[in-house]
Amino acid sequence: MSEQARSTEGRAPVALVVLAWAWVGVPFLYGLWQLVIKIPALFGG
Amino acid sequence: MSGFLSRERIVAGPGWSRWLVPPAALSIHLAIGQVYAWSAFKGALEKGMDIGGVASALPFTLGIVMLGLSAAVFGTKVDANGPRWAMAVSSACFVSGFLISALGIWLGQYWLVVLGYGGVGGIGLGIGYISPVSTLIKWFPDRPGLSTGIAIMGFGGGALIANPWTSSMLAAFGASGNDPDTDGIALAFLIHGVVYAVFMTMGWLLIRVPADDWRPAGWDPAAQKTRAMVSRAGVSAANAIKTPQFWLLWIVLCFNVTAGIGILEKANPIYQDFFRDSSPAETLTAAAVAFVSILSLANMLGRFLWSSLSDVIGRKNIYRIYLGVGALLYLALTFIGETNKAVFLLCSCLILSFYGAGFATIPAYLRDLFGTYQVGAIHGRLLTAWSTAGVLGPIIVNAIADSRADIAGPSKYTPAFLVMIVLLVLGFVANELVRPVADKWHEPEPDTTRTTGARA
Repeated sequence: MSEQARSTEGRAPVALVVLAWAWVGVPFLYGLWQLVIKIPALFGG
Repeated sequence: MSGFLSRERIVAGPGWSRWLVPPAALSIHLAIGQVYAWSAFKGALEKGMDIGGVASALPFTLGIVMLGLSAAVFGTKVDANGPRWAMAVSSACFVSGFLISALGIWLGQYWLVVLGYGGVGGIGLGIGYISPVSTLIKWFPDRPGLSTGIAIMGFGGGALIANPWTSSMLAAFGASGNDPDTDGIALAFLIHGVVYAVFMTMGWLLIRVPADDWRPAGWDPAAQKTRAMVSRAGVSAANAIKTPQFWLLWIVLCFNVTAGIGILEKANPIYQDFFRDSSPAETLTAAAVAFVSILSLANMLGRFLWSSLSDVIGRKNIYRIYLGVGALLYLALTFIGETNKAVFLLCSCLILSFYGAGFATIPAYLRDLFGTYQVGAIHGRLLTAWSTAGVLGPIIVNAIADSRADIAGPSKYTPAFLVMIVLLVLGFVANELVRPVADKWHEPEPDTTRTTGARA
């Protein structure tokens, strides 16, 4: 292993990857949505 | 160091996906980014605890000062003990800040809010901010700008989440309006603490460091070396601060941040003063609020987009854009902004996107110059530039605005904008002076028989 560098990636359980991104993505999308709905006022909406 | 929090316990196995590391980092940065939503608590605290505007800003101000100080002081320890330790300590401090504040509000002791949120919580901000940076850089040696951009975008995104969440919680607990219930404010702080404790847990449970010999598939370290500014040798944090490169980047970051604060600090009144004559009074206030929101979005997106672009065009070139184009945009804002709303919005958004991107790209710039060996500690020391700008920017903008209070319209801001242009030009010159670090500062090549070389 010391001679040839390890390059394996991407075999973690898909469910874990989805859960991890949803954990941070859902609150982020909530914040983003709350921000976006204010923007139309800038153009007289 | 041994035990659950130690670096040795979190070395990733062969099957671990590096795409699990950004969400781990984001769970910390999205939480501590709440600090920029402190203003959501201000009104309730002022009315509920009968304090003034300066007093209600104290926890935030102390928090930002502690962020810079703790990042500088604990940076080396973060590099030595690893990201799980740092994330766990950050979570403990940040959450304790909310719990101490809740207790202080219940007891009617405001100094506990200042000490808790600003002091203890501020330490959590500093350690948390730098905790995932060097780990991300090691997992993404092929795209360091993108990886740190994602995490540091999270710091901007934290306020997006916290602002509406805090406001709706205070309203639900009867802690908004002219006569807020102090028990409701305390309960809101308590719930913030509990929710953030759970949310941040994912970060320190999921974080992993790559094995010393790990490389991304298809990535050739030799190709990285072809860029003149990129070093593969490491420089210690103690030596880094002796180099001119560190202090030139300190100036670059400080002035870039100060210039962004020039707009951020006064965004709402700036918009109203620029378009008071051309917008109906009833829509002007709502439009100004929307302007602040769109700037937040630009600030956040800039962290990700421009930082990712830096992986392609190089760090020095991207800072030429942030500083050089930024100065031109300020110039356009000063002389054309009033007459053309589209130009005003475009210039403002780009300036704020460069402001955010300046934060997000600096870890990758440090990696290029000083290598990955203690890059977290070096980043921590550089964040003192942020603390300085956090004081310098508002002082410049407010002092100039106050001295021209009797002037109406956009010309009120002309001197402040001109000062920002000068600062950006000075930052541009500092960036031009950055050269590769001299070999004398490099650490000796690691002995391949030992395993203590690279540390994430």
